[in-house]
Amino acid sequence: MNTLTAAVVTALLVVGSVFLTIGTLGLLRLPDVYNRMHATSKATTLGAASIFLAGFVYFGPSGEGLTSLVGIVFLFLTTPTGAHMISRSAQKMGVEFFGNADWPEDDD
Amino acid sequence: MASEAAVPAFLDYAIHASLVVAALLTLACSYRVIQGPTVPDRVVALDTIGTNVVAIGVLFALATGRGLFVLIGLVLAIVGFVSTVTVAKYVIEGDIIQ
Repeated sequence: MNTLTAAVVTALLVVGSVFLTIGTLGLLRLPDVYNRMHATSKATTLGAASIFLAGFVYFGPSGEGLTSLVGIVFLFLTTPTGAHMISRSAQKMGVEFFGNADWPEDDD
Repeated sequence: MASEAAVPAFLDYAIHASLVVAALLTLACSYRVIQGPTVPDRVVALDTIGTNVVAIGVLFALATGRGLFVLIGLVLAIVGFVSTVTVAKYVIEGDIIQ
């Protein structure tokens, strides 16, 4: 494995670790379940996708590298879906916003 | 296929540092699982733990050179999504399959 490939993998790993750290700090520090979901569903997905991309560069374009690309597509499809379902259930449970924010008026 | 002996030293260091960071973040998420004020907080924290464990699986595949663990990370992502959807439906409706 040459030095350029190793440098690209290292850069992707650093970017992924930084995004995972940002997402987890948002989960721990933000005041509200909706804010926490915003932090985790964007930043943590980007971090895991960056680490998957490092796996793609490391293992090459066939075999396990292709599995890594499938993993990126799967994460980007399913994480917003899961976050939306959890926030919908939090609204139905009656979890209030932090501060004086409010839900928009229901039309249905 | 990249053999393990040909990996440069700085990449090996970066992989292991990322593994330590991801493991500590997974441990930190358990604070929100235990302490979270409402049930959706705990579910969001468990979802974050799932994403971190997916990253740990891929990093372990990079550290050992065994590509099978990338597939294991993908399967863990699928299991995490199904469990999140299941808990969301259970919290709203009280039962999952009717």
